[in-house]
Amino acid sequence: MSATVRQPAAARQPRPVRDGVGLGLAVGVSGVAFGAAAVSAGLSVWQACALSLLAFTGASQFALAGVIAAGGSLLAGTAGAILLGSRNTLYGLRLADVLRPRWPGRLVTALGVIDETTAVSLAQPDADSARTGFTATFCCLYATWNIATLAGAIGAGRIGSPQSFGLDVVGPAAFLALIWPRLRTGRTERLVAVAGAAVALGTTPLLPVGVPVILAATAALAGALAAPPKRSAQLPGELGTQGPPESSGASAPTAGPAAAPQSSLRTPPSSQSTPPSSRSTP
Amino acid sequence: MTGVWIAVLATAAGCYALKLAGLTVPQRVLASPRVRRFAELVPVALLMALSAVQATTSGHAFVLDPARLAGLGAAVVALLLRAPFLLVIVVAAGTAAALRAAGVS
Repeated sequence: MSATVRQPAAARQPRPVRDGVGLGLAVGVSGVAFGAAAVSAGLSVWQACALSLLAFTGASQFALAGVIAAGGSLLAGTAGAILLGSRNTLYGLRLADVLRPRWPGRLVTALGVIDETTAVSLAQPDADSARTGFTATFCCLYATWNIATLAGAIGAGRIGSPQSFGLDVVGPAAFLALIWPRLRTGRTERLVAVAGAAVALGTTPLLPVGVPVILAATAALAGALAAPPKRSAQLPGELGTQGPPESSGASAPTAGPAAAPQSSLRTPPSSQSTPPSSRSTP
Repeated sequence: MTGVWIAVLATAAGCYALKLAGLTVPQRVLASPRVRRFAELVPVALLMALSAVQATTSGHAFVLDPARLAGLGAAVVALLLRAPFLLVIVVAAGTAAALRAAGVS
């Protein structure tokens, strides 16, 4: 699956369609897990499908279903899901430079701005391949993710007890798998993850269901303030002035991710600057 | 049910607006390294919090379900072995289901 993207050759020889279709198929089938989790959480089949069709960003979709499953506040669930979607804004910023989308086509392009399309597009050596890669990933993943969501939702609706199939573990396991690549990248990420979990668990007995998870964002805020991105601070606004981000990323985890968003606009992204493509859902 | 539809559509609208904003706003708006770092760390904090809360609580109470925790533990092992996303999910759900079928509740 993701081997097509990981191969070093893919960074030099443009294979945008192969990369995109391979990743799209591999990740898209995970829509089964979302469809099943959503219906187990109490959403209707059509509500699960509406999220996949219109929101089309896996972490936010799982998050909303999770809060609904816990009987939490819909407002808190919605806020948490939207907060999780904020990373797509950063992907959009990077992709805008490469894809240069025009109106009104930009309205369609926007729907496809997610982890996987960003990863494939930024891994291409030139703008044409990047555009092709984006389109291939978007089309394949969108179709697969939505068909899989429908299949999972219908399937979960037919079985009697979601718990007897272990479906209550799907959410927690999916969240962990989604952030796993980031936990590997640096100490700050791991500290923020632990602190986020601690904040949420500590406030769970006190606050309405769904709110503790939003409060966990304070851990991200603390992480961003406490560990300033040194390289970017030294090179404000400069694009691609340094070598490939791999050199900084592997040895200095705290400096790598922050420097990556700027330099990766013109260099093939490393594991640090790309979204976690190999395991994530849209 | 209407409330859930509103939440579904509001989530969809919000997520779409955030994507479109990224393609549309000038680069300078989010140029601050701290803002970028925050946006990178938000998913880490929120998803870990979601995982922890869903694995160990029910409503306002802490509930330690052995089968569920074992399933999550199996997911961690699968992740350490670099299993792909869907396999991690299947291993987690399968472990919990097997333990429950064996009488662990």
